[in-house]
Amino acid sequence: MSETLIEIRGVHKEYHVDGGASVNALNGVDLEIKTNEFVCVVGPSGCGKTTLLNIIAGLEPFDTGSVTMHGIPIVGPGPDRGVIFQQYALFPWMTVRKNIEYGMKFLRKPVPVEHPNGKTGEGVRKTRMVPYGKEEKRKMADHYIKMVNLTGFEDSYPKALSGGMKQRVAIARAYALNSDVLLMDEPFGALDAQTRAQLQEDLLSTWEKEKKTAFFITHDVDEAVLLATRVVIMSARPGQIKEIVDIDLPYPRNQATKLDAAFNTYKNYIWDIVYKMYLEIPK
Amino acid sequence: MAHVDAKQVNQRKLKDFSDGNDKIKLLLMVCSIIGGALGWYFITLVPSINTFLASPAQVFRALISESSADGRYFKDITISLQRVLIGFGLAFITSVPVAFLMGWYPKVRNVIEPWIQFFRTIPPIALIPLVILAMGLGEPPKYAIIFVAAFLVMVVTINQGIKEVDKILVKAAYTFGAADKDLFIDIMIPAAFPYILVGARLGMAASLTTLIAAELTGTMFGLGARIQGAQQFMDTSIVLLGIITIGVIGFVLDKLLLLVEKKLSKWK
Repeated sequence: MSETLIEIRGVHKEYHVDGGASVNALNGVDLEIKTNEFVCVVGPSGCGKTTLLNIIAGLEPFDTGSVTMHGIPIVGPGPDRGVIFQQYALFPWMTVRKNIEYGMKFLRKPVPVEHPNGKTGEGVRKTRMVPYGKEEKRKMADHYIKMVNLTGFEDSYPKALSGGMKQRVAIARAYALNSDVLLMDEPFGALDAQTRAQLQEDLLSTWEKEKKTAFFITHDVDEAVLLATRVVIMSARPGQIKEIVDIDLPYPRNQATKLDAAFNTYKNYIWDIVYKMYLEIPK
Repeated sequence: MAHVDAKQVNQRKLKDFSDGNDKIKLLLMVCSIIGGALGWYFITLVPSINTFLASPAQVFRALISESSADGRYFKDITISLQRVLIGFGLAFITSVPVAFLMGWYPKVRNVIEPWIQFFRTIPPIALIPLVILAMGLGEPPKYAIIFVAAFLVMVVTINQGIKEVDKILVKAAYTFGAADKDLFIDIMIPAAFPYILVGARLGMAASLTTLIAAELTGTMFGLGARIQGAQQFMDTSIVLLGIITIGVIGFVLDKLLLLVEKKLSKWK
């Protein structure tokens, strides 16, 4: 397909709980995420999928192994990886526009500066990193507000928005970072079925328009097959990758894709594996 | 099956926890106040009660005479308000940074928290003898007592607010590339803001109650001192006037803080 964006090699992570016992959250995970791929991760709860996302986001340390993006180790969070949380994580004291603009506050863009070379006296072009101006941020925010169909709600506070609208703001805010990858942790998990279906379609069409690598966690197998170019199935205790399934369904996809025979073959195949693992977990 | 209309059956009425009709609510509140005042008037008609409880008319006459040119009513109010506002103000500007330091640095919290928990259970009034010995009889000991009372309440409340800042917001800010300093200024302070105002309201109430206690000893002026003085002359109309005045001041100050809260946390 294309070049590797994120490379995860032999990642181990243990949690220590009170009393000295430890939980093996991730046990030797290897995964490559290629540019413009849409990777969905499914698996029973406790399989470490959120831990994996947090590690890529730089929000959680890990014990051994390596995680790189563009070949550079990930050592902490940063705007080159946009994260969308299930709980929206909007700042309630900021309006929709302010939320999106706040995401851009720490972005830097290169501007050329010309200064004479001491030896030859000729101009040398160099670049300097500067924050975006107020007007620029406003224009970009407007663009992404329009992208998620929230024009007219720029000055609303999050409390006035429905769950679906809140998540659309969060999506716009992550897109506005213009990051290399979007990391999404069950972003539609708290939404009702209709809103969920609509946001899935919106996300698909946005992803096709503004090509972006996506890493998407869900426990909904339907959702994974509908969105992904590849579905990663993880097993629990210890958290490991069980199987990776390439989804060879043509884009553009929408809810009608679910009627496709091939869609259902993929879905049943993955569901079988996930459900068997679920039954094996001691409860 | 025969159809039975809803009107023909006894539908169980379930407990309604809503606030109810606004008009009825207002009516009940007005009735309660008028009823209370009437009740006060009627029981003071009994002479034996009237000897220790002045009637509304007597209190009103006390208000007129106290607020006349040679009365001291406004001087008492001013001096009491000044004490409350200075003590409260000092407590506010110190408790906010202390609470934030405690919320931000666990080590600071570990050092300070035992002292706060210890002093919180001690009525500030118990400190009066020590404070008077240390600071004398002027204004500073009053400020100090109010300061202690308000500070403790506010530091605990505001610290609680900082603890309860949704950690998902912190995570989100980190993913944007926020440094710790940005996190503190852009996220922690606004997120904890509603608790700062709740803390201020509790601190204000603590300031008022402590003030009166503080004024019962060692001062000539102030509402507390006036109440204390009037007791010695068995002038219950002045005592009641003082009590009602303190209540009104507390009500007004609380409403002012509520107004600030409404204005500044529209997003809540």
